[in-house]
Amino acid sequence: MNNIIEVKNLVKKYNDFTAVDNLSFEVEQGSIFAFLGPNGAGKTTTIKMLTTLTDPTSGSILINGFDPTKQEDQARKSFGIVFQDPSLDEELTAYENLDMHGMLYKIKFSERKGRIAQLLNFVELWDRRNELVKNFSGGMKRRLEIARGFMHHPKILFLDEPTIGLDPQTRNHIWNYLKKMNENEGTTVFLTTHYLEEAEKVSDKIAVIDHGKIIAQGKAEDLKNQTNTASLEDAFLVLTGNVLRDEKPDASQKLRGHQAKIIKTKK
Amino acid sequence: MIAIYTLWLREIKKYLRSKTRIIGSLGQPILFLVALGFGLGPVFQKAGEGNYIQFLVPGIISMSILFTAVFSGISVIWDRQFGFLKETLVAPVSRWEIMLGRTLGGATVAFLQGIIVFGLSFFAGFKLSNFSMLALAFVFMFLIALLFTAIGLAIASLLEDMQGFQLIMNFMVMPTFFLSGALFPMNNLPTGIDIIVKLNPLAYGVDGLRGCLGGAINFGFTTDLGVLTISVILLIGMGGYLFSKIQI
Repeated sequence: MNNIIEVKNLVKKYNDFTAVDNLSFEVEQGSIFAFLGPNGAGKTTTIKMLTTLTDPTSGSILINGFDPTKQEDQARKSFGIVFQDPSLDEELTAYENLDMHGMLYKIKFSERKGRIAQLLNFVELWDRRNELVKNFSGGMKRRLEIARGFMHHPKILFLDEPTIGLDPQTRNHIWNYLKKMNENEGTTVFLTTHYLEEAEKVSDKIAVIDHGKIIAQGKAEDLKNQTNTASLEDAFLVLTGNVLRDEKPDASQKLRGHQAKIIKTKK
Repeated sequence: MIAIYTLWLREIKKYLRSKTRIIGSLGQPILFLVALGFGLGPVFQKAGEGNYIQFLVPGIISMSILFTAVFSGISVIWDRQFGFLKETLVAPVSRWEIMLGRTLGGATVAFLQGIIVFGLSFFAGFKLSNFSMLALAFVFMFLIALLFTAIGLAIASLLEDMQGFQLIMNFMVMPTFFLSGALFPMNNLPTGIDIIVKLNPLAYGVDGLRGCLGGAINFGFTTDLGVLTISVILLIGMGGYLFSKIQI
């Protein structure tokens, strides 16, 4: 099997703080890869570097054979992404969100139409296609984002905590969608999550990252054997310790905090 | 090209859909037109400057374009954390295309807003004597819209959140408006104010627009068009550069 993602000695520094510290790993084509770690471990930063949003300080990345720092557009065509925070346009309808995505990826009109119908039916939102996204629930938005991620037939789909804050029904559905697309279209899935049971169920391979370094990788079984534990959650705690992680707020949290302040002072 | 069109279309769709935004942003220009136009009209007339409504309308059109344009440029900050910007940044299109699409979209919206204010001004008693200059008036309106959308976008590329928004409104947008000659004639000003007005690109937009709509022109059409065009090119360049440097 070939590797669709290859990362070697990847480093990302923000001033004195090292967010990602000499990371190396590979992801096999067609697999489901779970990237696990406590808050602030460097997961999101790694995904940002893999998806051309942030430049690495040093190290090399190959996405579908392309270097995201130099061959940006080829790398970008190779992946789809579902961000941790919603990134839909709430003032547009479900259909329009997918259509705009298709236009940005230069998919022809007739092909776009067919693919949108297929994917909206797949995530069970076809009946709501003409509704504005701002009227959707959190679960519906997530499903729509997953559909959008698959629009341009990407080789890889990145998902940063795709099931966070969703009810068990929706979470189940989402994992099913991902497994089906992984089987039917051969899309490699790269995900992060804090639901370790679910990670164990869906993934072929797991990497545990902490303080910007990979501290263990392999199948869920391997990690459990390695740590002499019965569940992946216990294995995870043995590997990463029990200490609480306090993250610095990012800009979006700051923005939300500011909003909260405005609401408070209004009262 | 299709990316520019896509992002332009997005701005237009959103604008046409938000009736409250359209109506809401008409409140201020109407208030200025009525309160200042009729309130200061008699004084203006006595000073021998003619009809104040005729004088004021190009200024108020410019004002509504200025506010709408800066705001749509700045709204990138919202997009940046609440949504759509990341989606466009991972798409296989260059940052320049994204920036141009948004600038053209925002500018079109601001231009349309200016057209609506223009239309409403006839109800306040504005009269258009010379229709042959209308096309050039629209050119001036669109240039103002482009310039300030690009400025808004450049500012938005530097800011992480909306906390600086008040600062920009009070220390950039309001002075730009008040010191542009939108409300008062540009001749015989005290030296200090005169220098500031001459450094303000909006002053050339207001002047050109006023000239097209039948008022007295101060700098001349060539100067107005030249200054505006150069400013637009410089600021789109700067906006594009800053935008291309955004890291998320």
